[in-house]
Amino acid sequence: MQPTALMIVLLVITSAAYFFGRRRAVSAAGGQPRYLNSLPAYYGFYTSLWSGLPALVVLALWLTLDSSVITHLVVAGLPDELRNLPASRLSLVINDIHNMVSGNVVSRPDDPVMLAAAERYREMRTLSLAALTVVVLALAAAGGAFAWRRIHTDLRARNAVERMVVLVLVGCSTLAIFTTIGIVLSVLFESIRFFQAVPLTDFLFGLSWSPQMAIRADQVGSSGAFGAVPLFAGTLLISFIAMLVAVPVGLLAAIYLSEYAGPLLRAWAKPVLEILAGIPTVVYGFFAALTVAPLMRDWGSALGFHVASESALAAGVVMGIMIIPFVSSLSDDVINAVPQSLRDGALALGATQSETIRRVVIPAALPGIVGGILLAISRAIGETMIVVMAAGLSANLTANPLEAVTTVTVQIVTLLVGDQEFDSPKTLAAFALGLLLFLVTLVLNVIALYVVRKYREQYE
Amino acid sequence: MNANREVLCMEPELTETPIGVATPVTPTTDTMPRRASVGRDVRNTVGTITVPNPRMEARDVNVFYGEKHALKGVSIDIGAKEVVAFIGPSGCGKSTFLRCLNRMNDTVSGCRVAGQISLDGSDIYDRKVDVVPLRAQVGMVFQKPNPFPKSIYENVAFGPRIHGLVNHRNELDELVEASLRRAGLWEEVKDRLDQPGTGLSGGQQQRLCIARTIAVSPDVILMDEPCSALDPIATAKIEELIDELSQNFSIVIVTHSMQQAARVSQRTAYFHLGHLIEVGSTRDIFTSPQHELTEDYITGRFG
Amino acid sequence: MNNSPTPNPAPAIDKVRAGLARRRAAEKRFRAYGLSGIILGLAFVATLFLSIISQGYTAFFQTEVRLPITFDPALLGIPANAPDQKALSTADYDALVKHSLAELFPKVTQRRERRQLSDLVSGGASFELRGMLLSDPSLLGRQVEVWLPAGDDVDMLMKGHFDRNAPESERRVKDNQIGWLDQLTGEERLVQRFNTTFFTAGDSREPELAGIWGAISGSFYVLLVTLSLSFPIGVAAAVYLEEFAPTNKWTDLIEVNINNLAAVPSIVFGLLGLAVFINFFGLPRSAPLVGGLVLTLMTLPTIIIASRAALKSVPPSIREAALGVGASKVQTIFYHVLPLAMPGMLTGTIIGMAQALGETAPLLMIGMVAFIVDIPQSMFDPATVLPVQIYLWADSPERAFVERTSAAIMVLLAFLIAMNFTAVLLRKRFERRW
Repeated sequence: MQPTALMIVLLVITSAAYFFGRRRAVSAAGGQPRYLNSLPAYYGFYTSLWSGLPALVVLALWLTLDSSVITHLVVAGLPDELRNLPASRLSLVINDIHNMVSGNVVSRPDDPVMLAAAERYREMRTLSLAALTVVVLALAAAGGAFAWRRIHTDLRARNAVERMVVLVLVGCSTLAIFTTIGIVLSVLFESIRFFQAVPLTDFLFGLSWSPQMAIRADQVGSSGAFGAVPLFAGTLLISFIAMLVAVPVGLLAAIYLSEYAGPLLRAWAKPVLEILAGIPTVVYGFFAALTVAPLMRDWGSALGFHVASESALAAGVVMGIMIIPFVSSLSDDVINAVPQSLRDGALALGATQSETIRRVVIPAALPGIVGGILLAISRAIGETMIVVMAAGLSANLTANPLEAVTTVTVQIVTLLVGDQEFDSPKTLAAFALGLLLFLVTLVLNVIALYVVRKYREQYE
Repeated sequence: MNANREVLCMEPELTETPIGVATPVTPTTDTMPRRASVGRDVRNTVGTITVPNPRMEARDVNVFYGEKHALKGVSIDIGAKEVVAFIGPSGCGKSTFLRCLNRMNDTVSGCRVAGQISLDGSDIYDRKVDVVPLRAQVGMVFQKPNPFPKSIYENVAFGPRIHGLVNHRNELDELVEASLRRAGLWEEVKDRLDQPGTGLSGGQQQRLCIARTIAVSPDVILMDEPCSALDPIATAKIEELIDELSQNFSIVIVTHSMQQAARVSQRTAYFHLGHLIEVGSTRDIFTSPQHELTEDYITGRFG
Repeated sequence: MNNSPTPNPAPAIDKVRAGLARRRAAEKRFRAYGLSGIILGLAFVATLFLSIISQGYTAFFQTEVRLPITFDPALLGIPANAPDQKALSTADYDALVKHSLAELFPKVTQRRERRQLSDLVSGGASFELRGMLLSDPSLLGRQVEVWLPAGDDVDMLMKGHFDRNAPESERRVKDNQIGWLDQLTGEERLVQRFNTTFFTAGDSREPELAGIWGAISGSFYVLLVTLSLSFPIGVAAAVYLEEFAPTNKWTDLIEVNINNLAAVPSIVFGLLGLAVFINFFGLPRSAPLVGGLVLTLMTLPTIIIASRAALKSVPPSIREAALGVGASKVQTIFYHVLPLAMPGMLTGTIIGMAQALGETAPLLMIGMVAFIVDIPQSMFDPATVLPVQIYLWADSPERAFVERTSAAIMVLLAFLIAMNFTAVLLRKRFERRW
């Protein structure tokens, strides 16, 4: 049976289990549900949980593992000369087998060894599916029957069902932890492999980045330079330009909205500014690459400067625009959290509104604003699409915003998009960059969240 | 936003009675002996609202919060170097009136003030009047101590700095010291002027706020229940301070505590549901109130 | 204690008055700075929208040519009577277009000119003719007037994106072609019509044949996966954290984790998806399923945070009332608290979905960036999504793709605005003040 069909059958069985469980409970109570420990529906849930859950767990595990197990078995059955190929070549062979199984075009359609392997794969898959069907259905029936037999008037079905519900809730809430662990592990393993090929110090302090030099796959030693300093410099340059745009505009807008604006302007300007936050970054990238960058190049040449068509300035300015609502809404929150009594205190001493804002409100809100700006910086560093579309690819070590620079995220995308061999240093470098990106943004986020939290507690 | 300035003619909703004229005692079911002679349904101010040497004069002040008529036809003088206490039950408009005296109500959206309030003879609600010098002349201390999240020194120096009252650092140091001394805080904080004002105790914070206010040398100090957030010992210190300050400043204090009003003030005004019911010397108000509402409040029948 | 000299009040207020003009000016300046911040922000919004709309609105129209097409079996190279399905679908439909053009312009004889002539009509015209004949074989041998899409260069010229007056060498549409086009226009054989292809077709290398339906379908499947996973999981996690979790180190850790995940760069989630879902679990590359899984992990923090806020806003009195009549904690939450918190949770979910719909970077990592012509039929088919389609088109050199990119952006923004608007309405409609 196909997995989808199996799922549907399983669903039918659990529904039936609900029905039978409920009926047995009612009849055990002699048709008087009030003699039951729990409501009749809970006995139904109890039975269907027993019949569905174990079967579902087995089904999920089986489906996750079955293709790798079968592949392993098929490879074990291959002739020695194929089995002892280097890992990268072997994976090509395995790919070919997979393609043959699914009926795609392959490079060696007539190789008898391959044909045999594909045939074996197909057989085993059929076998596995059949076994899965039997096991899952048996488990569902057995689980349901077990629960059904246990039903009597004193069974605390509600407690059992609720315990299960809470367990599921706990499981869902720990997913966040697993996501973080998953991120760390997935970038860490590949990074370690990368640092076996390229020393950590070369990566962190090297001044030259040119991963594209590898001509042949087996040319490991001479595969270009992996000094990431130009990428850090480029990332920082663009983020810095973005902050130069976003912080003043965002902060001033927030101050005006929260301290000066009438209710009408506030009701309109705030949502319109927030539109900027909802626009996908790919749209900003398009805007940067096709509108802002040519404009800056033209203005630059009119003023006698040479502005690269993928200048850091264009990408940075557009990224700044993207971050404006981020800064303004965070600052707005923070400024609104400053108690009115402080403003009253300053105003009652005869301070003008701007004196109150500059000398009392802003200093009081400063920790929160700094936290918000840190979050914004973390966002700028991790922003991808704008720089992929509007910043350069070549790693220039320069502080001139009119030149093209590249960033960490641009390199991750360039190294990983398209078909890559998974163990070349070039591909692994992307994961090392990802690890770095994750760590840097993690530190910024944790500091920022801590600062903002402390700030809020102060005025709560 | 400036409050609209309109002089409204108050509709005589209740019995008109000339000020100071005794009205027949209304029959009451209470068994307590009554001395007050003005009936409960009378809403005109009883007693003398004027003083010989007024600093501030309020005439027929009405305040509206949106549709709500919060203050109805209040008239009263604030004399030089006297302490006036505003008493009355919650929501009676005493704090609202206090905030009119230095136009702090301007910051409340939807608030409209009508009537006339003058400081040394000039109307403070005139279009041409700038609130900045007004508030420098009429300072305010709030219910909850609200020191700025700055050092003690900077808290006191804030007013003189923004107003440009001093030219040198030395002058500023002297002014800060003088203000803290007059607020009775100098001895307690002179060794830690650079520490945050928010680290002081509640009573100290409130005295810091008073020091901050007197540093700009106002003529009048408005105090909005300055002791309601403080313990009795801190309250005693503030009361002592008010007594001393009254040698140099006019002080208007809103208080919930009748004992406090009796202790610190020379004159007392009783507010009830937006009306100024009775004004008089503190002694008279507490010993022989003329209005039954005042008497009810003084004797604890409500409030 | 009171021995310090009384400051003379008169000089103080005089000093205050002296500084007033300067301070009022400073106040005005500061206000102006603030206002300019707002104006600048609003101007950015306006510029962005204006630039995209002005570049993109023309893509909703497509220049079409009306040609008299004779479905001549001889030209098609198929038997005249009762040809089978296979013959019909492999016949030479290009020849029909060429023949029709040659009849309209009998003076064009040179080989080079004839090629220029056939460039006027899109290469996709033959597919359209094939479709016509396949659905109605009785057309065989008859002549009909057919509207066919013009080539992308012609389209650009007619829409004014190419300058007619530029020197011929710098122009993609040559002088003789412009002559023919003018003649066709005169004969009312060349008009701009609503561009249905753009909404119904998949991707194509030819701008006039490219559409967003494939990308929209891909986005639909991705969002379907995302929604069906992230909503229940997000709500469950929020319920646990808000209603059941004890306050201890472990829940603190979960909370910090969620807040931090909300701020992790999206591309890092792409790396996770590549390493875990594709390389470890061996799920297919480019499939909406994997995209949906990655976006689920990405939007979960948003949904959890919003759902917790919604649960927090349900007053404790509701819980106490339910517990007070003997409901269990689970019953209290599922029957009383959740329904009240649901509008807030849905609002958060819609906002999370809008975020997922606009996301590009992580999907590049898991191979949803391939050139895919076919419209995906399930969540296992290779697919791309709307933002990635925008990214792909933005990279294409043809001028005609610029307007199509802008138009695709307009469609994407329309979806996003509709979603956000729904969220706002939902919040307004069900907002309760306790």
